[in-house]
Amino acid sequence: MLTTDMRETRRAFLGRASMGLGSLALASLFKGKLPAVAPGISGFPDRSQTIKRVIFLCQAGGAAHLELFDYKQALVDRDGEPMPESFTKGQQIAQLQGKELRILAPQHPFKKYGKSGQHMTSTLPHIGGIADDICIIRSMVTEQINHDTVHTFMNTGFRSAGRPSMGSWITYGLGSESEDLPGFVVLTSEGGAQSQPIAARQWHSGFLPSRYQGVKFQSGGEPVSYVRNPPGVSRDNQSGLIDAVGKLNRIQGEMIDDPEISTRIAQYELAFRMQMSVPELVDFSNEPQHVLDMYGATGGDGSYASNCLLARRLAERGVRFIHLYHRGWDHHGDIKNGIEETCGLVDRGSAALVKDLKQRGLLDETLILWCGEFGRTPMSQGDRSKAGRDHHIKGFSMWMAGGGVKPGFSYGATDELGYASVDNVVHVHDLHATILHLLGIDHTKLTHRFQGRDFRLTDVHGKVVNDILV
Amino acid sequence: MLKNRNILDSADIRAKRADSRRGAAYHGQGRSSKRCNYPMRTVSLLTGFLALAAAAATTGAEPVRFNRDIRPVLSENCYRCHGPDGNARQAGLRLDRREAAVQAGVIVPGDPQASKLVARLYDPEPLRAMPPVWSNKKLSDDQKALLRRWIEQGAEYEPHWAYIPLERIEAPRGSAGIDHIVNAALEEKGLRPVGEADRRTLVRRLSFDLTGLPPGAGEAHAFITDDDPDAYKGLVERLLDSPHFGERMAVYWLDLVRYADSIGFHSDIPINVYLFRDYVIRAFNENKPFDQFTREQLAGDLLPDAGSAERVASAYNRLNRITNEGGAQAREYLAKYATDRVRNVSEVWLGSTLGCAECHDHKFDPFTAKDFYQMAAFFADIEEVGVYGSQIEPLIRVLPDESKEEISSIQNRIRELRQEGGRLKSNRENIETFRAYLRERLEEWTTVEPQRVWNDCAHPDISGCEDIDLRLEEAGFFRQVVTGDEKPREAVQKVETKLDGETITAVLLELFPSEGFDDFYLSEFDVKLLREDGRQESIGFGALVPDRQGTDSYLRHTLDGNARSGWQGDLAEEGPRRAMWVLAKPLQSKAGQKLQFTMTYNGRAAKMIAGLSRLAVTESDFPELPPGEDLRQALGTEAKLSGKQGGTLRRMFRQWTRSTSAWREIRKLERRRAELFDHADECLVTEVSEELREVRILPRGDWMSDSGEIVEPQAPHFLEQIPVNGNRLTRLDLANWLVDRENPLTARVFVNRMWKMLFGTGLSKVLDDLGSQGETPVNQDLLDWLAVEFMESGWDVKHVIRTIVLSETYRRSSEPSEALRGRDPDNRYHGRQNMRRLDAEFIRDNALAVSGLLNRKMHGPSVRPYQPAGYYRELNFPKREYEPDYNQNQFRRGLYTHWQRTFLHPSLMAFDAPAREECTAERIVSNTPLQSLVMLNDPSYVEAARAFAARILQSGRSDTAGRIDFAFEQAVSRKAAAQEQEALAELVASQLADFKRDPEQAHRLLSVGFARVPADLDPVELAAWTGVARAVMNKHEFVMRY
Repeated sequence: MLTTDMRETRRAFLGRASMGLGSLALASLFKGKLPAVAPGISGFPDRSQTIKRVIFLCQAGGAAHLELFDYKQALVDRDGEPMPESFTKGQQIAQLQGKELRILAPQHPFKKYGKSGQHMTSTLPHIGGIADDICIIRSMVTEQINHDTVHTFMNTGFRSAGRPSMGSWITYGLGSESEDLPGFVVLTSEGGAQSQPIAARQWHSGFLPSRYQGVKFQSGGEPVSYVRNPPGVSRDNQSGLIDAVGKLNRIQGEMIDDPEISTRIAQYELAFRMQMSVPELVDFSNEPQHVLDMYGATGGDGSYASNCLLARRLAERGVRFIHLYHRGWDHHGDIKNGIEETCGLVDRGSAALVKDLKQRGLLDETLILWCGEFGRTPMSQGDRSKAGRDHHIKGFSMWMAGGGVKPGFSYGATDELGYASVDNVVHVHDLHATILHLLGIDHTKLTHRFQGRDFRLTDVHGKVVNDILV
Repeated sequence: MLKNRNILDSADIRAKRADSRRGAAYHGQGRSSKRCNYPMRTVSLLTGFLALAAAAATTGAEPVRFNRDIRPVLSENCYRCHGPDGNARQAGLRLDRREAAVQAGVIVPGDPQASKLVARLYDPEPLRAMPPVWSNKKLSDDQKALLRRWIEQGAEYEPHWAYIPLERIEAPRGSAGIDHIVNAALEEKGLRPVGEADRRTLVRRLSFDLTGLPPGAGEAHAFITDDDPDAYKGLVERLLDSPHFGERMAVYWLDLVRYADSIGFHSDIPINVYLFRDYVIRAFNENKPFDQFTREQLAGDLLPDAGSAERVASAYNRLNRITNEGGAQAREYLAKYATDRVRNVSEVWLGSTLGCAECHDHKFDPFTAKDFYQMAAFFADIEEVGVYGSQIEPLIRVLPDESKEEISSIQNRIRELRQEGGRLKSNRENIETFRAYLRERLEEWTTVEPQRVWNDCAHPDISGCEDIDLRLEEAGFFRQVVTGDEKPREAVQKVETKLDGETITAVLLELFPSEGFDDFYLSEFDVKLLREDGRQESIGFGALVPDRQGTDSYLRHTLDGNARSGWQGDLAEEGPRRAMWVLAKPLQSKAGQKLQFTMTYNGRAAKMIAGLSRLAVTESDFPELPPGEDLRQALGTEAKLSGKQGGTLRRMFRQWTRSTSAWREIRKLERRRAELFDHADECLVTEVSEELREVRILPRGDWMSDSGEIVEPQAPHFLEQIPVNGNRLTRLDLANWLVDRENPLTARVFVNRMWKMLFGTGLSKVLDDLGSQGETPVNQDLLDWLAVEFMESGWDVKHVIRTIVLSETYRRSSEPSEALRGRDPDNRYHGRQNMRRLDAEFIRDNALAVSGLLNRKMHGPSVRPYQPAGYYRELNFPKREYEPDYNQNQFRRGLYTHWQRTFLHPSLMAFDAPAREECTAERIVSNTPLQSLVMLNDPSYVEAARAFAARILQSGRSDTAGRIDFAFEQAVSRKAAAQEQEALAELVASQLADFKRDPEQAHRLLSVGFARVPADLDPVELAAWTGVARAVMNKHEFVMRY
């Protein structure tokens, strides 16, 4: 509902009935700063803010921690032996239900990288190259053992559908800094293993207002749904038309006291700005060759590498939450070759993003997370000669880099067989609490009333993992 | 229907009810006290009143009311630790029950100073003050003062408003009742309502509210200029009778029950359940009483004499999300489906968040975890599995209405044809003669004497053809001979014979045992008529008659063009085999024509070729007999026929006595009938499983736990319990309980949502929670009056809607007066109507209707509007290609859109349509730039704009101003104002200039979509006016209902 003050503004606003988009001189309408596409609610940040934005590099399908970051000598020593029942009895299991459980050694050598000597796979040499910039957590746990529900859990903190995703929560709390882009952008790529489906639910705003919904960019065709003018309609033609719509709405505003009219006018202007800015955003032609090479991107080809580059461009333009999914880690079989292939697709881009943000001075105000929705079993799946690993939720690894996080640091551990997180366990709720903390938000305070209850991203759980913070 | 052994503190429910209504001007003392279940407490009513009155008198303050003033504060700030959830309770204290709070000395009625509650609220020591800091809860000074005053006035509790039995409020009947109650409340507040909206607004409001469609320009004009005082009433009746009413209501209902076209988890494969959507549309159109509607959905399969409609309705129980993800654990997902159903049934019918009690007793409402699992137990009989394959079952087949109509007209025609032919009496003598005749005719085959037989080596699938030879022998026999080293894997045998004017009704192939050719596998059988002019005509077949019963489906495979399927046998083992292909229509040949037969033996098993064969044809009227009754065999003897066989024979006799043309027509009709049955719709339904699933209380919702108590179906414990009488309760019992006259929730929930649909906000604002954390209705009398009206009308949905829309309250202008804006900015007292944006589907419908493209066809499989390419890229197992409908289905109403749960159509999603993974009682209404992009650039809207532009140019108005007026009349039911004329005239000029400069662009714009571009219109002008149409359709007014 409109307060009297706002009504005054509305009258004044509508009074300028002849303002046009033509030269995009919209700034004058809003006395200086343009409104963000999605302003946040008031009261946040409610504590000191370390980072302004998040880039979540989701290694979807479930990156195998025991192949990548969590070296276990015992797996090598006991390769092929039966998995002790003491570990697995009464635990959830996915595709290995009813199968014989045998230990599988890591398929590639591990190495120590950097001054910090972070121990990780040799199949991620570029990420190894930024070992001193990242913080590896080897004690993650989550809930839900199937892709659909575990992604939902990772993104919303709850197993059932209907709650807002973290990108929505964060833009709801803080708004977007961008004047012409959505606050929450989703990019996807695939390759290296069968591509598990990912539902639009994963970036849905749930019961929060729709403007906090993630907007998925596509490679090829329209980068954003309906962002292109209809065929035959030039930029000037479209802008003239939007001008006319604005005029008609202002006239309407004089006829009827409908508070939504002024918002509608503003949304059309924002839409037009998005139409202008998105093509420029996805046009890599002004990126120097050495930058393209650093990422291993050949242009906007929808690869993980070019999505990493796009993520940097989005970060530069003030987008609050950038969520990449690489759908290529579901290595149920032939993990030896599979993991090498997937690593090859994501290694260079991931490392380049950290380095590039660093050299531009943006890393300090950005948090990068590199994480699957779960890990994979210490047990092998399928024929031993082409063994894979099954879904696993009791222990897995991730890394993060950026503002406020200890660089070159390792945290937490799983048990001797890499089955369960035992030391400094970090639950997904804790991860959420920590992300919000770095953004200057007390995770217990960012709530929204729905169905008579105050909901929050961390449900009724979550504690900030202070040990990994600078 | 609150239980006698109630949890509602010490108060008399009826007394409290009267109490809570004090002060309403119209409230008489004469309220019926029929249900005087609490005689002892009636006394306390009086004392309660006196005490309150005294308290109010001494303090000079307005009496504090528990439900309105206190419960929300306690619930919000205290119940989490001092409420119904025993596990979360701190210090053993609960504040949701008066006796507990009083006993603990926390509340001392009448003495705030002595009440610990007050002391802790005002405690200056932060560690002792309540609520604690960590809770993030804080009471305002006003709230604290309110609690104080309430204790001072006696700390009376009231039962929660929504659980109080519904009784009729005294008010005039009909719409006047609404106005009476609303106006009384306004008066009490000292507010004056605004006047009635203008007629244009009314006709648009009503049309959108009741049908989701705009009024036609003519319809709007007629209403606006109609002086008849009953015109409005007439309009209401017309719209309630419109078939679009059901479509509009379905949008609301389908959100609640989470209807969609895909399973929702992971692969999100399609689910066949659109018949349920159609059932809902029909139910509202037929004004099915809501109690029956409820029973059919929850328990249609359990109803006596359940027909297909009731069984389709039972699909309700299958609308939960379902998985077929590899590695999913059946038990886990069965638990998920169970909880999904509990959430849904309690939100849809009870407006309650019983779902919150999955892991623990409800924090705010009296629901326990046991209540939750008892509710789940009602659904434990549903046949289902935890993890499905590619098909979600069980499905039933249902004939579409069009087919039903056609079949009934086919039956009628067949009956007529039979009567036409009935000249010979079907007496015993005639029948016996007919039997003898038939016996002869049955064997009346003419052996085909081929001119030529050969193996077709040109056939692409054939190898080893050079090693065999097909040779013609005596008496029409032809023999396969191996000439090479080895019998080949396949053979395509060709037989050609001359025709001489005979009529052919069927073809017979006979296969005989021969040396070296035991097994045969006939994958294809084909007959062609070769005309004299060299043209070929394929012969179509109707019935196929195998020599063994039950093998006709294999014979059908000889016509399917698929080498992997066919008719097979072992001649060495079984002896000669024969099969008959009856022609779809008798072939009247001419001299000089030829018949060519092709027998393809290339089945999946190699070398299964028939060695010795013969073909025959017949002219018989009876090449086949009705199957399944051994009639052929019986006819061959003198034995007495069975009753069934006799009946068949008499039918055949009557058929035979008709003219040949009638006979042919009947055959044709019968085939068509069979075809229609083949194309029936399928629908997922509820079936009762042989074994009941065991339902246990799952501690903290953990599906792996076996430690919880096993529970039986029953209603939540604090509401009226359903009598068990020795039998386990069923879904039908649950449905009956939900729509029992004594249920305090169902009717309240429904009418509250109807109010929301027609006013934009519910009487209780929180549509999905009438519980403690919801909102006590601002005007509870109105809600209760409507709820009683609803039940007492026999759960008549149209009656409730009619009653509301005929009220003055509904008809008010939506623009507030200064006073209303200041004193009731949220319009909770209904001094005016509300302005609302249209729902996603109706925005699309509006554009299509105005453009003239709208296809008003109802029902049927979901349709596919244009969608951005690659939008389904993230779907897998299998990968999905979206193919939009390039036919009139493109222009169907939005509610028929294919509802892919994990990737809902982006235009619908932009306008806040829910994915329908969970119950949605209230859609979010947002206003975003993505909506602007949809309206500007989605090809559906661009195509609608160019079709609209064509209408404008063809309107017969040739001047710009006239055309702009026409556009406005169509789009918003009014002429354009002078300023609007000016703005659009400018736009016309600039658009014309743009497209004149570059006519190629005009062609490109006009090529959006596939609707026809009228050839007689100048493309440049049409493109320019498409711009104007886009501007008009992008007006804010176009997506609004005022």
